[in-house]
Amino acid sequence: MEMTYIKAINSALMEEMRRDENVFMMGEDVGELGGAFKATEGLLEAFGEERVIDTPISEALIVGAGIGAAVLGMRPIVEMQFADFISCAFDQIVNMAATTRYRHGGRAECPLVVRAPSGAGIHGALFHSQNPEAWFTRVPGLKVVAPATVYDAKGLLKAAIRDNNPVIYFEHKRLYRSIKEDLPDADFTVPIGAAEIRKEGTDLSLITYGGTLGQSLDAAKIVEKEDGLAVEVLDLRTLLPLDRDAILATARKTGKVLVVHEDRLTGGIGGEVAAIISEHAFEFLDGPVRRLCALDTHVAFSPPLEEAILPNTNKIVDAIRSLAAY
Amino acid sequence: MAAGIEFTTALPDKEHSLNLLHQMIRVRRFEEKSAELYSAGKIRGFLHLYIGEEAVAVGAIAALDPDDAIVATYREHGHALVRGISANSIMAELYGKQEGCSHGRGGSMHLFDAATRFYGGNAIVGGGLPIAIGLALADKLQGRSRVTACFFGEGAVAEGEFHECMNLAALWKLPVLFCCENNLYAMGTALKRSESEVDLCLKASSYEIPAWPVDGMDVVACEDAAQKAVLAVRSGEGPFFLEFRTYRFRAHSMYDPQLYRTKEEVEEWKKRDPISTFEDRMHQRKILDDDELAGIEKQVGSEIAEAIEFAEAGTWEPIEALTRFVYSERPAQ
Ligand SMILES: Cc1ncc(C[n+]2csc(CCOP(=O)(O)OP(=O)(O)O)c2C)c(N)n1
Repeated sequence: MEMTYIKAINSALMEEMRRDENVFMMGEDVGELGGAFKATEGLLEAFGEERVIDTPISEALIVGAGIGAAVLGMRPIVEMQFADFISCAFDQIVNMAATTRYRHGGRAECPLVVRAPSGAGIHGALFHSQNPEAWFTRVPGLKVVAPATVYDAKGLLKAAIRDNNPVIYFEHKRLYRSIKEDLPDADFTVPIGAAEIRKEGTDLSLITYGGTLGQSLDAAKIVEKEDGLAVEVLDLRTLLPLDRDAILATARKTGKVLVVHEDRLTGGIGGEVAAIISEHAFEFLDGPVRRLCALDTHVAFSPPLEEAILPNTNKIVDAIRSLAAY
Repeated sequence: MAAGIEFTTALPDKEHSLNLLHQMIRVRRFEEKSAELYSAGKIRGFLHLYIGEEAVAVGAIAALDPDDAIVATYREHGHALVRGISANSIMAELYGKQEGCSHGRGGSMHLFDAATRFYGGNAIVGGGLPIAIGLALADKLQGRSRVTACFFGEGAVAEGEFHECMNLAALWKLPVLFCCENNLYAMGTALKRSESEVDLCLKASSYEIPAWPVDGMDVVACEDAAQKAVLAVRSGEGPFFLEFRTYRFRAHSMYDPQLYRTKEEVEEWKKRDPISTFEDRMHQRKILDDDELAGIEKQVGSEIAEAIEFAEAGTWEPIEALTRFVYSERPAQ
């Protein structure tokens, strides 16, 4: 069936709640309102108030309550209305959820999913535009995923719900209604920890995820047509744990790597990817690993500033050309 | 503490009444225009309108001195206007132009102006409360008798920060005036669906903070309550909590189907429109005639028209400046 990215999230939630009665949802306005973005529309009607729970505006509590319920064998999916507010629940995620299993010597589990609508490009200004994934990708015990396609939006969410660890699921707001795909009717999941080649190429590797995959593929098409460059595009899909094999394979294949993400440059995933490559594929490189990311500033409201801060197709084209010419 | 408190409902003198009316009409028309500009694509992103709640900001801020501080939420156009940030610079901010009060970087939700002691515009629910504690703490430590008025919606009461702030403000006797704007809904969630105790004054009282409920649709009651509370706060008695019972007439942000409340309920509250009811009362007291009202509308109309012109003529901040203001440009002290 053809559906949008947000519909794919919605249908994953529907199907998983139907499949496993331990799965339930909590969050601000997820029930009666169907979510600020309508990701949870229809769930309350389908499953009732006991499984689709509207909460007060209490992010730390929402996550913490999810942890408690998860320890007792339930599979909570909690929603942060915007990823920007996940910082209000930082302690519960980083200190509590991530360490539950370890602290209890493996005797307790925390199968929790935190859904977090992230990303800029909607004129949301500083507190409705963030990409906070890298705050979490250095926390052992967590898994972090960031789907870039409609198929992955559904498959990764299902995988996250079935996973026995806390998973943070970053969904990109700009993709909600801007991309569509025909999805199989049969049940499917997308494995956590596996990157995916979206386009084969031999001249240069472009490694990306989430909101910048579409722009990266557009840019790859442009340079293919105008410059005859064959760019390989690798979609990370999971940010923790990273698919090191896939990263190294494409780096060894093309010898030139550009990492693109909408999160900021400093401390972003791109740095980790570059480090993995320089440690393990140095002798294959024909140039420096380059990064094209949001600038190290806050996402301004001013539309031209926002545009200038974020990566886009043209900037990616330029970065590819510059690295190809190295 | 709440029991037995009577606020003045008698109208102030003509001049002051006209002033209150003028301010409420300014806020209303400014936001109606902003909504139009939003539909026209001139203003983008999020736009939270205060329409219906004007009496609260107008009344409460009228009770403050110019050097008292204000902390507000993302629904703060009215507070900013009443406080004295110019309509020009607010409108330019809504457009994202560098002539705006936050240089066009913050937009509608992040108005800021240190000159008028307006410390945001805070888009994180509950995020402004601890800042207010800090402003008040600094005043206390530095021996000034200033008051910090902190506005927040009733939804913020669910955040842990609210309780942390209530406790500390009371414990340290900080000069904070907590102004809870209870419009009954936090986005789509009615107060009774999110709080076990819906009497918000009782919550504040449990922290030993004097707390009064106030008719937030009556600008006179709002001002009177705020004046009495400010007096107590300024005299060093510690914080005060006012629960302004009010209602937002429009959607939470620009679009929302509003299935969480009935049309009848909205219509019922609109009968208590703070502007039209105040006009009626002024008419009855014969301190407002049609010419005076037309005069206010005209003045407000031209102020807003000028603000739009100013915003339209405003400029985008140059791209080269975009990492500016991330860090201080002053030498370390
Ligand atoms: C920490 C945080 N959580 C959630 C949100 C999303 N959000 C924005 S406004 C709002 C409702 C707030 O309601 P209330 O405090 O009653 O103020 P009102 O909007 O009614 O003025 C929510 C949940 C946010 N901005 N910040």
